Amino acid sequence: MSQADPKATRVVRELKYNSPFISCRFDSQGRYVFGGAQDCTLQRFDVAGGEPVECPGHDSWVRAIAFSPDGEITYSGGFDGRLIWRETAAAKPEPIRTIDAHDGWVRAVAVSPDGQLLATAGNDRLIKLWKSDTGEQVGELAGHESHVYNVVFHPDGKELASCDLHCSVRHWTIADGKPQREFKIAELHTYDKTFRADIGGARGIAFNAAGTRLALGGITNVSNAFAGVGNAAVALIDWQEGKQVQLFKPKEDLRGSTWGVEFHPDGYLISVVGGGSGGFIYFFDEKAATPQDEVKLPRPGRDLDLHPDGLQLAVAHFDNVIRLYTMQKEEKAEAESKDDKPQETAKK
Amino acid sequence: MKCQYACQTMDHVIARRTFLGGLVGFGSAMGLAGIASPLAASQLAAQQKHMLVIFLHGGVSQLETWDPKPKTDTGGPFRAISTSVPGIQISELLPHTAKQMHRMALIRSINTKENDHGKGRICMETGRREMPGFTYPHLGAVAAKLLTHESNPLPGFIRVGGGNGVNKKDAAYLGPQYASVTLGDGKPPANSLRPDSISALADAARNDFRRRVSDRFALRRRAAETEAYVQSYEQAQRLMERRDVFDISLESPSIQEKYGNHEFGRHCLLARRLIEHGVSFVQVGHSNYDTHYENFNFHIEQLGEFDATFAFLLQDLHDRGLLEKTLVVVMSEFGRTPKINERYGRDHWGSAWSIAMAGCGIQHGAVIGKTNDNGTQVVDREVHHGHLFHTYLRAVGLDPTESFTLNGRPMPVADPAVSAIKELLA
Repeated sequence: MSQADPKATRVVRELKYNSPFISCRFDSQGRYVFGGAQDCTLQRFDVAGGEPVECPGHDSWVRAIAFSPDGEITYSGGFDGRLIWRETAAAKPEPIRTIDAHDGWVRAVAVSPDGQLLATAGNDRLIKLWKSDTGEQVGELAGHESHVYNVVFHPDGKELASCDLHCSVRHWTIADGKPQREFKIAELHTYDKTFRADIGGARGIAFNAAGTRLALGGITNVSNAFAGVGNAAVALIDWQEGKQVQLFKPKEDLRGSTWGVEFHPDGYLISVVGGGSGGFIYFFDEKAATPQDEVKLPRPGRDLDLHPDGLQLAVAHFDNVIRLYTMQKEEKAEAESKDDKPQETAKK
Repeated sequence: MKCQYACQTMDHVIARRTFLGGLVGFGSAMGLAGIASPLAASQLAAQQKHMLVIFLHGGVSQLETWDPKPKTDTGGPFRAISTSVPGIQISELLPHTAKQMHRMALIRSINTKENDHGKGRICMETGRREMPGFTYPHLGAVAAKLLTHESNPLPGFIRVGGGNGVNKKDAAYLGPQYASVTLGDGKPPANSLRPDSISALADAARNDFRRRVSDRFALRRRAAETEAYVQSYEQAQRLMERRDVFDISLESPSIQEKYGNHEFGRHCLLARRLIEHGVSFVQVGHSNYDTHYENFNFHIEQLGEFDATFAFLLQDLHDRGLLEKTLVVVMSEFGRTPKINERYGRDHWGSAWSIAMAGCGIQHGAVIGKTNDNGTQVVDREVHHGHLFHTYLRAVGLDPTESFTLNGRPMPVADPAVSAIKELLA
């Protein structure tokens, strides 16, 4: 077991900018946090604080951020359809490669465990595979019937899982680009007959380290799609069986959606929620449908990432802030650092 | 508002068809809801014109349609794209509509100061604010009264989609004969086929009997309600006779496909058929845009359906020679807040928003008015629902400064405090 303790979770730093954030990711070395903002920029913060550095190249919002396994290259997918490569630590992180990857939004980008491939998911209902070193497209996986909301590599590196607006989950084999299975997670999709629109899909997606469980974060029990009246939920899937084994929900019927999910190396699942009832970080154990621990956030959460050290979390917020949380027990943290009070970086 | 009939002239007791037999007789026979004679002349000239309103329920976002503000704090994630008119850009969510911009005009400076769904809708559909105890007629009822040729057997005001039946409130003091008839599911009205068990002869006989009884009853106890009762039967008769007009399966598969295999597509195709067969005013709804949550995802969904269908509707109307005599208006009850809320939503906003128009009587490729850089304020040529109402009527050749007469009193067709947007008119 690691030194992380969900009960000890608390904010340690606020990374401020001048526009609301919609996404956040730690780089693979854990040096930086990248955040996509509503002013169509991607911002880089040093985890230790300091001024944000703008990463140019997108003309729209950036929600898809990923890194090479060594953390040296950052990949970003925007709602402008572009996929951009850049050096993570460059003083001026200009694009080193830009590809018009999808017709419509790029909603997700994932990196294969060996770092050789990128997978992107888009509103053109496609998954696309790219060589990470050249940008060459090496695959196009068609079959989804609505916008593809998320994609993730299986830890074995040979398979992909993707999920669309209708929460139809597809299992693909990478070698031949063929679909292997499709199953629908009905709890995470609603067609609102009053407003005549679909709501659903996986806003967060993750495999556990063993590749036996797939987690999909979204919204369930939707009674009014256009007012966001529904409950945040995470569906836990037995990957081998293709069946839902748990639907994680808060103890109370709080309005909101799950916007990010992560498996902790210690085995539990972490999710972030944002919506009409505020924001929360939840910690779930597979055996129980309700959270074993929770942290009330100062504002609704919009995205979540787990630091490579397994001790820190980043949460993107609407109030122009990415908040960094530690899960390290307080006495341990105090021994290691006297700097455990929230610190604000300068607003750009 | 109750439409009362103080007048007891014989004109009121004759059958509806006879009633509509002559336009001058029609006007004078209207009594309380009649029409001043000078307007009759413009009425005659405009009778070949039509109006088609596409109502985007819930309040479509002006920033995701006609007045994009990309890369601003309010702009959201969508980019602006060029259109068929150099210099005019609209949201990238409308790529097909962008190719029809040379047949359209935009008004980007609407300030109705109204953020309530019901009240906003009244503003946009009647050209006036809601007034306690008094109801102004819907634009469609006004068009039905002033544009409908007496020889047309179909109702002058048809709504496609929504509820069912006749909506008396739409007509207000104009009388129930100008109320809208709603085709709830876009199909021919329910029960509009004569049952096989009733022969044509028997059907005609029973209708004749019904008319005679109704006429006798009306001689002494005529009121808006009895008029509506008679009217509904007569309307049903006419609908039954022209049931084919409502049948979009008579269109080629290719045309049906181009309109789209969804409800809005089928409704727009039906609207085109209704216009083609002389209906003066058709309103099609598209639901829904009240996106307090996930505004951007929902606008992708809804406008994705709207865009291709609407663009083809304009093309089809043009190809058939109908667009030159049809004013098309795309409206909502209001726009949506420039400020994006915490849940990726936009809320109600009547202070600085837009509509689009196309077709007859307007300057194609015109953009009226302007909002500031992030769309929070109108900075040029502010207009409201009253100006728009005048403009619609002018565009189809009517004079909105004329008046109806109600109980001998003039009732201005449109709000006399304002006037049409003259620079928009052809």
